[in-house]
Amino acid sequence: MADKEISGAEIIINSLIDLGVEVIFGYPGGAVLPIYDALFKQDRIRHILVRHEQAAVHAAEGYARSTGKVGVVLVTSGPGATNAVTGLTDAMLDSIPVICLTGQVPVHLIGSDAFQEADTVGITRHCTKHNYLVRDVDKLSGTIHEAFYVATNGRPGPVVVDVPKDIQIFTSENIHSGTIKHRSYRPAVKGDINAIREAVRILAKAERPVFYSGGGVINSGPAAAQLLREMVRLTGAPITSTLMGLGAYPATDKQFLGMLGMHGTYEANHAMHDCDVMVCVGARFDDRVTGRLDAFSPKSKKIHIDIDRSSINKTVRVDVPIVGDVAHVLEDMLKLWKATTLEQGQPSYDDWWARIEQWRARDCLKYHQSDDEIMPQYALERLQALTKDRDVYFTTEVGQHQMWAAQFLKFDQPNRWMTSGGLGTMGYGFPAAIGVQVAHPEALVIDVAGEASIQMNIQELGTAIQYGLPVKIFILNNEYMGMVRQWQELNHGGRYSQSMSSNLPDFVALAQSYGGHGIVVDRPADLDAAITEMIEQDGLVIVDCRVAKLANCFPMVPSGAAHNEMILPEDEEILEAEGGAALV
Amino acid sequence: MHHTHKEIEIATRHTLSVIVDNEAGVLARVIGLFSGRGYNIEHLTVAPVDLRGTESRITVVTIGTPHVIEQIKAQLDRLVPVHRVGDLTESGPHVERELALIKVHCTDDQQQSALRIAEAFRAKIVDSSHDSYIFEVTGKTDKIKAFIKLMENLGLVEAVRTGVAALTRGTKAL
Repeated sequence: MADKEISGAEIIINSLIDLGVEVIFGYPGGAVLPIYDALFKQDRIRHILVRHEQAAVHAAEGYARSTGKVGVVLVTSGPGATNAVTGLTDAMLDSIPVICLTGQVPVHLIGSDAFQEADTVGITRHCTKHNYLVRDVDKLSGTIHEAFYVATNGRPGPVVVDVPKDIQIFTSENIHSGTIKHRSYRPAVKGDINAIREAVRILAKAERPVFYSGGGVINSGPAAAQLLREMVRLTGAPITSTLMGLGAYPATDKQFLGMLGMHGTYEANHAMHDCDVMVCVGARFDDRVTGRLDAFSPKSKKIHIDIDRSSINKTVRVDVPIVGDVAHVLEDMLKLWKATTLEQGQPSYDDWWARIEQWRARDCLKYHQSDDEIMPQYALERLQALTKDRDVYFTTEVGQHQMWAAQFLKFDQPNRWMTSGGLGTMGYGFPAAIGVQVAHPEALVIDVAGEASIQMNIQELGTAIQYGLPVKIFILNNEYMGMVRQWQELNHGGRYSQSMSSNLPDFVALAQSYGGHGIVVDRPADLDAAITEMIEQDGLVIVDCRVAKLANCFPMVPSGAAHNEMILPEDEEILEAEGGAALV
Repeated sequence: MHHTHKEIEIATRHTLSVIVDNEAGVLARVIGLFSGRGYNIEHLTVAPVDLRGTESRITVVTIGTPHVIEQIKAQLDRLVPVHRVGDLTESGPHVERELALIKVHCTDDQQQSALRIAEAFRAKIVDSSHDSYIFEVTGKTDKIKAFIKLMENLGLVEAVRTGVAALTRGTKAL
């Protein structure tokens, strides 16, 4: 062994250090023991030991989404890798840069159904942006560097590097440093200037424009959010956002119409339906956004900026496709817009805004708060009010609470909102909050949860306590899988098949049993005190906030309906009065 | 599906050429994309084509509406090991060939017919015994199909086809 040769395990750790990695979320096992040994012998990289591999990936996602860095995961072969699959798929659907290192059985045992062997590259081929099986220790360092390049360039996503155990032990002097580009993968970042010119020409002639922005703006980075703000303010046009894009444009700004889509606002969906020019910025016309496709924004010319060519014309045909990074394209667009308005003058959208104000006046998020039970919307409004001046990050699980959080929390900055959009993974929020808290130890990190979702990764209480992570879990407890129950009410005659959360734990005692603090609140009058106590309490807190059990999340574009066929809260009362199904 | 562009979309056959890194799993990625997203594969051929063996050329014949074909190309292009995607059907005149081996087990009175048809199709005899032949025939898919069809009544035992290989006409590469 030559002097400069080091083991594969050390190559992995050194490569990660070289790439600026500070934290790994992981779980050891037989096939990664050499890597854990190398981790033990160094102090540059911190390891957060989760309690289940799925949580490691979600934590890495939370870390990535709140920092703009890559989240790194380390798990063993077989069940370690298969447990990570849900997290990887989540990162794939939401375009989160994650590197997942998986152990593998030694090369000579691959294919023999060895103990804890799984075909990890085969299994993860469909749920990663790319994956690698490293069969040669001389290629290990280069592969890890390339994996980072692939995860972060173009549309970000998860990348798996599967490393057999013998490769971790073999030595090599082949060690890379700095960025290694993939030899052929070069996604375009600059948009076609002619297409951008055409977009500006169409936008300048618009009478009823709307911006529709998404997670791509967050992924592009703070510059993209800044440029989006400048562009939208300069035009004076309204803007709406997808679930994934919240925070890119300030929610408290008057040009912001709120989220669009299935549980979006009345004004946002009507503006989308009636606009004459739509500028889609880093969003992908997801079915939860568009509703019925053949009735989606029938009168508009559509401009679509996306770094992924396959997102363009996938479901909705657009008139001006622009393939490129949002920040680069917006920069060019801004210059051209300024030149155009200098020449033609600033268009006026007064009539358009007058219509939008009429839609806004419907006050589609209104709800009735009584003295005896806490409405979930009220709980979120109070949570928003009592945390708005703090350095706060929110994550969510999936379901009604997630949609209410999207409606009632106001994000004025990007990277402050972590939620599972594409895959809709219950159990995402708590481990994601752990990842956020690791990245921002001083910040207030709150997981808005449901009592059902939180149980899907509740074991991570141990992780949070072990590392002194003061995550706050705010459970909107309605004793139902609320969104399932809502759909059963609306679509299945109120037959609540298997959607009740029975045998719930005592969340206060549960928090205490791990060494955290628990609060239960069920009266509106006590809510503010409970939230304040949660914020001021050091360490992990679970708030079991008992809310109205049968509250529905509105407005709602029912599945298969058009944007202008929304159900508003007042319609629910009509439905109930006529059918009474809700009371079954 | 698309109310704003009301053209009637008719599914047509497209021959795509995909240049990929010649690495483990790349074919599985391409095939997985087709099966995962519900696209058709009519023919598939793959082999390394540069002398160093670092690049492979995959030829896929697929059927889809213009919208689906566009998506297939964009999705293929998004795969990390894919260098280039070309649509030979769209880019103009091109040459398409496939090769087939056809084994027939002939009675004496079938033999003359089989040989006569083989000659007409310019098929070569690449193996023969006293009562059987293997023919090698090259050509467009339609020709291969026609040849196999004719052999059905003349003692066809089994047939194998390579799938389509295709190049654009003229001087340019993909």
